[in-house]
Parts: sequence; structure tokens; C-alpha cells
Amino acid sequence: MEPIQKLTARAVPLRAENVDTDQIIPARFLTAVTKEGMGDGLFYSWRYTSEGEPKPDFMLNDPAYAGAEILIAGRNFGSGSSREHAVWALTDYGFRCVITPGFADIFYNNSLKNGLLLAPLPEDAVNMLLDLVEEDPTTVIEVDLERQTVTLPDGQEHHFEIDPFRKMCLLQGVDDLGYLQSKAEAVAVHEARSPY
Amino acid sequence: MSGKTLAEKIWDAHVVTKGVDGQPDLIYIDLHLVHEVTSPQAFDGLRQAGRPVRRLDLTIATEDHNTPTLEIDRPIKDPTSRIQIETLRANAAEFGVRIHSLGDIEQGIVHVVGPQLGLTMPGITVVCGDSHTSTHGAFGALAFGIGTSEVAHVLATQCLLQHKPKTFAINVEGELGFGVTAKDVILAIIAKNGAAGGTGYVFEYRGSAIRKMSMANRMTICNMSIEGGARAGMIAPDETTFEYIKGRPYAPKGEEWDRAVAYWRTLVSDAGAAFDRELTLDGSKLEPMVTYGTNPGQGVPVTGCIPMPDELDDAAQRRSLFSALEYMGLKPGQPMEGQPVDIVFIGSCTNGRIEDLREAAKLVQGKRVADSVQALVVPGSKAVKAQAEKEGLDRIFSEAGFEWRGAGCSMCLAMNEDKAGAGKYVASTSNRNFQGRQGPGARSLLMSPIMAAAAAVNGRVVDVRDMLN
Repeated sequence: MEPIQKLTARAVPLRAENVDTDQIIPARFLTAVTKEGMGDGLFYSWRYTSEGEPKPDFMLNDPAYAGAEILIAGRNFGSGSSREHAVWALTDYGFRCVITPGFADIFYNNSLKNGLLLAPLPEDAVNMLLDLVEEDPTTVIEVDLERQTVTLPDGQEHHFEIDPFRKMCLLQGVDDLGYLQSKAEAVAVHEARSPY
Repeated sequence: MSGKTLAEKIWDAHVVTKGVDGQPDLIYIDLHLVHEVTSPQAFDGLRQAGRPVRRLDLTIATEDHNTPTLEIDRPIKDPTSRIQIETLRANAAEFGVRIHSLGDIEQGIVHVVGPQLGLTMPGITVVCGDSHTSTHGAFGALAFGIGTSEVAHVLATQCLLQHKPKTFAINVEGELGFGVTAKDVILAIIAKNGAAGGTGYVFEYRGSAIRKMSMANRMTICNMSIEGGARAGMIAPDETTFEYIKGRPYAPKGEEWDRAVAYWRTLVSDAGAAFDRELTLDGSKLEPMVTYGTNPGQGVPVTGCIPMPDELDDAAQRRSLFSALEYMGLKPGQPMEGQPVDIVFIGSCTNGRIEDLREAAKLVQGKRVADSVQALVVPGSKAVKAQAEKEGLDRIFSEAGFEWRGAGCSMCLAMNEDKAGAGKYVASTSNRNFQGRQGPGARSLLMSPIMAAAAAVNGRVVDVRDMLN
């Protein structure tokens, strides 16, 4: 996993609540047995018509937002299915950070295990960010993981919360497995116990 | 007096090492259920690291999400689906994981199979790369869905790094009315508390209405905890639970059974235990529910109407309502009763158990599915299918004009060939009404098995109580 410390990037506004993982990556793309190329299915039903033509009014199809690495959306982002494919689709497409008023629990866990930084901000701040990037797609936002801040071009700063362990993993680009393996002895002790 | 909640008791019994300074705890997993969709990349990770599965005895696989429900003895037509199933079989063979493949009598939806085999027990931790793992909480287990990275971690180490969730008591008191089912209870809870109301919490369902429920009904309730935002939902075990487990293939036997039950009896929230949040519903006031929107919180009693925008709390909810109704082709203020349906789907890990099929069959016996409706019954497992056939339920459904299919997830998520067409209204006993969930462009109306059966017969949403009278 790629370490992430600071991200200075443009953002795509997605003004929608309860964006579930079925929207992020529809089930028909889940038959893959690898992670590669998952970005092709990202927001598929919102991005393309039933004939496979890009829908011009969907933000990801607007050339003004091409290359943006931050996604901004409404509350309860990533609800529903536990499919990590949703995270792989976002990262494969090129997103490195998602800013919303709140994330669903399983999606939150999955994202941080793949180096996708999630910055939950108060709804007012998110609405302001949405206004800003809708009005001016060239708006550059800075997300600083070390300081846990999202900074706007005018210097306005918003703090976000992240669990210290996950923060360390993201900053260093390490996954849980090494840590889990280092606890083998304690695991063996637990396994020797019986609850009854 | 202080005390521990059920969730805290199970959590504390599974802490391998406690996290310090805001770090997560390392918790032990007692049962890992595996299926074809969320495991291939995890097995790849193990292979690359040259690691075995740590506890084969705590790991079991089945095929469900992607399997066909017709012509199951023929090769799967879609090549990528076929490869995915073959990949699970190859991984199971390579790593030595027990697997119940298509055709095996124990094949079926992972959350139907676990309890059926007696693998799901009170006090254990259960995970699966599937969000409806919350189902197993019906036994007083702590059960939650995980992503593929965590599937790999559990395969390799049998542990997960997790923060202790907050606790949320949901009390359902009183006697449920005639025609009101467990499905209506959980849809009402989510409608009240919102699709994200449980984020960060574990639900514990309590109260006299819950205590009276069968295990099948408790599973229906816990299954949809995730639709209310909670990764896990649970119900303290009692005689109903023990009775269900006793004698199942993996259940403790003899003296071990007695010791197990003695321990299981301690798995209740202490009288003085404090929950972080609490919600109480009067079960006697609930009605059959139906959803109108594109998240499971957008539901109303069948006698009700779709809300008007000005009845909602804030701008985000109004925006959510408008986008949902645009997709659904419905209008604010519209009554749900009378809404035509094109397809009826009875099945899924929410309502694909034998009890669900019995209730639906009782309702359709001697009646006919409306001419305009395609109706499917998809049993939750091969064993449920076999039992239903023994009881003659398949004949009742077939004679009424339902298609009697093979076991699996089927049209709940439409990964296999069972897809509803664009614009079609599906009266569905499954758990999610997300856009395109049951097929691109399909419109889901979630309801109970008897409500779905009633919709099949009438070709539209009706109040099932009018048919039961």
C-alpha cells in the first residue's frame, strides 16, 4: 500500500446521500477474481447509459473534473455491501481521498486498508466544499493527514478525526498483517482457553 | 450497579491483546464463513505470502452469490461467473478449506448454511466477507461483515484489529398484530432510526416481541442490522436458541452440550448495563411495511403514503427523497397500496428459510399468481429446498404459478442470471432496495414474505391482512 501524507488535488462534487457500494461498483462487476481494472465499473450505472454511452450530466464525465483525486459526497457514503471492490474501484480510477459528513463502518475499514484516505467533516463544511468545487472545478484542496486537516484555497482549515493506529498505517503505507503476525504468541494463549 | 452488555461480554472474551492509546483491540474470530465473491483476492494474498490458513477447523466455504438457480447441473453460462466459482473450488482444494459446492446438500446462502449446520452458536465471533453476517447475531453471537483485506487477515491469523463498538438497545415490546412479521419490525426500526442511525454501534434487540420470536424471525431481524447502519445486531440466547441448535451436525454433544448451555445462559446484558443509545418501539402498533425508496430506511406502513418533502427534517433528506422517487418512478404523497408489481422475489438470507416459505405457501395455496407477474421462489439453501419439497410447498408454489428455483442469493443482488428488467417493480423479500440492486434499472419494494405472496396474487401491493381475514 502506498503511503499517503499530504494530498494537494482537485475534487469532484457528488451531491448525493447514502451512496451505497452497489452504486460505487454494481454487483455485475464483482465476478472478477483480481483487483485490477475495477475503476472501469466505478459508478457504472450513473456514468453510462444502458447502451454504454457516457452520461454527459454525470460529474465524472465532465472534462473539467478529469484527473481530480478527491471525491466529495453526502452523508452515509459507502453504505450496504462489504465489497472491498468499491474501494478498489475508487483507487483504480484515481481517487486518493473521499470527503463526506460520514461513512458506513465496513467501507471505512476497507478504505483505510487500501490507502484510500477518508476525511469526515461536518455537513456544513462538506456543503461549502461542494459549492466551491461545483462553481470552480480548478479549486485545489489540501488534505494533510499528519495534521488531520482539510485546507481550502483561502486558507480556511477544517479538522477531521482518524484513529491513531490507522493514521500511522496510512502514513507509513503498511497493512495490518505484519502487526497481526507479531502477536502469534498471544493468539496461541487465547486459543488454549475455553469459554466453558 | 454497573454491568456489561451482551456485546461487551462477548467482546471481552475475545480480546487477544488490548489496544492502548486509542489503538484497536486484537480480537479472535471463532467462525469464518467464505464464499466465492469476496475471497479470491484474499487467497491470492495468502499464496503470495506463502502462508497457510491458520484454522481450517474454523473456516468453511459455500457457493451462493453467483450460482445459477436453473440448470444447476450444467456448466455456468457466464464465463467470468464460472471462473469465480472454479477459483473458490481450486482455493478450497489448495488450502484445505471445507466447501459445500453447488449440488451438495449443504450448499446455499452462507448465512442460511451456518445456522443450519449448527456452526453458529451463542457467544462466538463470526465474520464473513459479506455485510449480512449480522444474521448470526440472532444466536447471541457477535457477527459482522468484513472486506477482502480482513478476510485475508482472518484466514492467515484468525484475528482482526477492531475498535470496540458502541452499544444500542432496541426494545420491541408488546404483541405484534395479525399479519405483522419480523420483517415488518426491522423495516419499521430502520424507517424510524434511519439507514445510518446505527453507524458505529452494535444493536441488541430486546423486549417481549423479540423474545417470542422463532430463530428464523430473529435471523430476519439481525440480518438487516446493517441496513440500519450497524455492522452487527444481536439477541440474547434463550431456550428458543438452545432448542434450535441442539442436535445439529456441529452442535456440542453430551456433557459438552450441558457445559455450553450453562455458559450460554450467562450471555445476557446485565440488569445494570448501560447502553450508549436506546430506542423503544411498541410492537402492537406496527403494521406490515413496504419500502418506496432506494435505501431501506425509506419505508412506510402499507396503509401509508410516500412522504411529502416538507415532512422531512432537512435538505439532505429531501434531496435523497427526490432522487429516490425519480429513480422509482413514484410520487410524493402517493399511497403504497395499489402500486402495481411486475416481479415477485421470495428468498434471500433475510427471508429464504423454511419458515418463510411455509408462511408464503399458506397464503398462495389454491390461488393464482396474477397474469402480469413473474414470481420466483428461491430457497435459501439446498436443505431448505429439500425440506420444502418434502412438505409439498414446491407443488403449492408451482400450482399457483411461481417458479420453483435452486438455492442461492439470486435476485437479491442479481449477480447471476436472475435479474429484473429496467423499470420493473419487484416485490421482494430481500434486504436492499438500492438502485439497480436487483438488475440495472430495476425498482425494489421490500416487504415480508406474506406481503410479497399477496402482491404476487394481486399483481399489486396490497395489505396482506385483508387476505388473512
